[in-house]
Amino acid sequence: MSLLEVKDLKKHFPIRGGVFKGTTGQVRAVDGVSFTLTEGETLGLVGESGCGKSTTARVILRLLQATTGEVTYDGQNVMAASRGDMQRLRRDMQMIFQDPYASLNPRMRVRDIVAEPLRIHKIGSENDLAERVARLLETVGLTVEHADRYPHEFSGGQRQRIGIARALALDPRLIICDEPVSALDVSIRAQIINLLEDLQDELNLTYLFIAHDLAVVKHISDRVAVMYLGKIVEIAARDRLYEQPRHPYTEALLSAVPIPDPRAERARQRIILAGDVPSPANPPQGCVFHPRCPRMRPDPCQTVMPPLTGKGDSHMVACYFPTP
Amino acid sequence: MADRLLEVKDLSTHFFTYAGVVRAVNGVSFTLDHGETLGIVGESGSGKTVTALSIMRLVADPPGKIVAGSIALKGRDLLALKEDEMRAVRGNDMAMIFQDPMTSLNPVLRIGTQIAEAIQLHQGKSKKEAWRLAADLLDQVGIADAQKRVRQYPFELSGGMRQRVMIAMAISCNPDILIADEPTTALDVTIQAQIIDVMREMQTQYHSGVILITHDLGVVAKVADKVMVMYGGRTVEYGPVDEVYYNPHHPYTWGLLGSLPRLDLSDKTRLTPIDGQPPNLLTMSAGCPFAGRCPYELPACRDTWPQLEIVGLEHGCHCLLPSSERVSDRDKLPRFTVGVA
Amino acid sequence: MVSAEVATKKPLSPWSDVWRRLKRNRLAVVGLVIISVFLIVGSAETVANIAGVNLAPYEPNAVNYKLSPLGYGSSPSWSHPFGTDYLGRDIFSRALVATRISLLVGIIAMAIALGIGLVLGPVSGYYGGVVDAVIMRLADIFFSFPYILFVLLLVFVLGPGFVSVFIAIGLLNWATYARLVRGSVLSVKTMEYVEAARAQGASDLRIIFRHVLPNTMAPVYVAAAMGIGGAIVTEAGLSFLGLGIQAPDASWGKMIADYQSYFLTGRWWMLTFPSLLLVITVFGFISLGNGLRDATDPKLKE
Repeated sequence: MSLLEVKDLKKHFPIRGGVFKGTTGQVRAVDGVSFTLTEGETLGLVGESGCGKSTTARVILRLLQATTGEVTYDGQNVMAASRGDMQRLRRDMQMIFQDPYASLNPRMRVRDIVAEPLRIHKIGSENDLAERVARLLETVGLTVEHADRYPHEFSGGQRQRIGIARALALDPRLIICDEPVSALDVSIRAQIINLLEDLQDELNLTYLFIAHDLAVVKHISDRVAVMYLGKIVEIAARDRLYEQPRHPYTEALLSAVPIPDPRAERARQRIILAGDVPSPANPPQGCVFHPRCPRMRPDPCQTVMPPLTGKGDSHMVACYFPTP
Repeated sequence: MADRLLEVKDLSTHFFTYAGVVRAVNGVSFTLDHGETLGIVGESGSGKTVTALSIMRLVADPPGKIVAGSIALKGRDLLALKEDEMRAVRGNDMAMIFQDPMTSLNPVLRIGTQIAEAIQLHQGKSKKEAWRLAADLLDQVGIADAQKRVRQYPFELSGGMRQRVMIAMAISCNPDILIADEPTTALDVTIQAQIIDVMREMQTQYHSGVILITHDLGVVAKVADKVMVMYGGRTVEYGPVDEVYYNPHHPYTWGLLGSLPRLDLSDKTRLTPIDGQPPNLLTMSAGCPFAGRCPYELPACRDTWPQLEIVGLEHGCHCLLPSSERVSDRDKLPRFTVGVA
Repeated sequence: MVSAEVATKKPLSPWSDVWRRLKRNRLAVVGLVIISVFLIVGSAETVANIAGVNLAPYEPNAVNYKLSPLGYGSSPSWSHPFGTDYLGRDIFSRALVATRISLLVGIIAMAIALGIGLVLGPVSGYYGGVVDAVIMRLADIFFSFPYILFVLLLVFVLGPGFVSVFIAIGLLNWATYARLVRGSVLSVKTMEYVEAARAQGASDLRIIFRHVLPNTMAPVYVAAAMGIGGAIVTEAGLSFLGLGIQAPDASWGKMIADYQSYFLTGRWWMLTFPSLLLVITVFGFISLGNGLRDATDPKLKE
């Protein structure tokens, strides 16, 4: 039963220029993204900077208005939801942010930060709140003594736990994790990843896990989608994607990730991509990856973007010459 | 006995602040030879960046001060040099690349100007000659269209290209030592691979020693010959890269290795995290900074800093736990047995 | 399980660091002392005024020709530490009572300026676009109003008396605070915690006043401290010109206006004491303002 369905989502930002501030171009941050999420699973969304993964998350939660496309949550159309419907939906879909230093209001105490979603939706009386906050803090591995303190008194990992507690306050079913461990020390990352996994088991959560660190994504995801310049270029079950990638970008990405194993590193075949990631304001014609692609052939790669297709719909690639 | 390229002995750098003394670097020692790459690994608060800054004598004084130790570059004591002598060393014999390419370049000067500055300063070349060399260097670090790029401003270049410019600047005077502080952390992983490649090529070409500072154990496995693991301002383990990765002796090292999600492992076993928080450098005890987070802590650990113990070929570690116990504890960890090749 | 590493001391509010840094700035501490004295005296006088009681050693408006034999008042003495003016009124008592006026101008003008500025500023910064343009143009209008003209206009509309004057001062200053806050709002509204609040479904109003505004207040405190000083000086200036306090009441500015001609005849005490009080009080506010600015500047942190 799919909890979340995203169909051909697009988000373009107009570029204003010139004396009269007319629109001179579009930043195609998200350019036709489609996927589904089943309840209880974790979909990893990977890609480098500028690929549009964070924008996708924000559009799904309607923190940004989509340009076109559909997002369906539990059968409900999110894009067209009324104010009241949207408020209800927000209780079910929450987000964990990347920067533990910027995602907590420095002037609010921890108990107010965690209670804020409850206050916004007017759930529970003030007396109940203290108890709920205490329970939430314990769930994420903090104690009730921490409730009276301010964010700056905590380390990065602890702040991230506070952010998780806040996200859980409304009992959501879907949590979008936007790079939740990238800004944390390496030895703390494992703590937070374990916490997220435990919570998923305990509370039957569904995760959309956005990251650029392929090793972290591999660990936590059931399925993985690879994004490049606003499009999904490959999507498959986790093991399939990592062991048998089909898209040249995925292959290059996997070969570029360093492995903490000196002998394995020395034995590796490395595929080094030429050039830089082009800007989403000026995407290449045809296949967005073709300028850097080792398999590129002028026709059809330079003319039309390949559609996302695959055998049996479980391992899909957007390429004219995928690895079979 | 020939002098080693760089010899650091018992280096200690402390910061004297209103809140107390921050012992950012505490008794750190290592050596570096030509053509060798040393990886300094640690997290926030480990002291790795301050170590590099201390070698370059770029630590802000006040509040920071190198309070002990010696730094010898080809036998020459760097701590005894006057500031203008040191300036002749910086950029010329030792060069540094910083983490954030966005802010390390002056936005109002052209790329060529910035590279040529060092060349003119240290090699006394004319401006024209220096600019020609600058364009050459950009070509060497793999920037296409070097003649055009050299006249551009930093904002016209991408992050990866800016980092290449930084590398070009660093090698412009053929330094003996290249210090790179988290050079790829701010970059995308495909660009990171390119940059690491460029650095390796430059190292081979100029036969320089490289000190690579990072928290990424994968990058170190890729490029380093030897590794120094730092925690809370101290070196906890030091040795050839294969030794440290396959035969780690310090609980922090194997804790770190065991807690990493791995691309090459196909199991979905639970990660073994290191409990606790990164160290607070203001409230450090006299003993091991890892005590408090160490699952094998002994009562003496908080007060006594262990002596250096040689546990393998050129492989040293500072730990009070007897080495036989250490090895058997380590081998019991689930993640670990998989990692040992 | 996370070890409760956070020490079991009192929660550190964001202000504790500011306070510590402020304490080390001697001028700021002096300013704080001056302001405290000012506030105490001023409040006492206000209460006394309402209660119809006189706290000063003499009646401030009590004319006593015996103390002004030549019509030039008498110089400071033990019984009259600040001397008497040309009508024989005790200057010390007058100055004391006048403290109330200065306090009132500070409070009223600030309340109005902040009340408007702290609403229009955040709204302008948060919404941007047309709303921002309109409010900022409004602010521009208020910035460019000729001071005196505006005060006269308001006095005409609101009726004479010093309260109208104070309201005028406040209205002329809201734009400063609005601008100040708007600048901070522009950067704060991009912070992730604001995004988090939106993701939780908070209304715009809640976001602006619960999440954004509290984080933009640092420069406002500084400006407000200086602003109170400025308001007091402005009141003095207006009274000097005859627009504020009317006889027989006293404010420092009025006293300066009344006594200035006597200065050149060698009767220095009438002009000097009110002027000194004015200068010291304003200095106190400015020192505190400067101290606050240094104490809250993140780049000056050690």
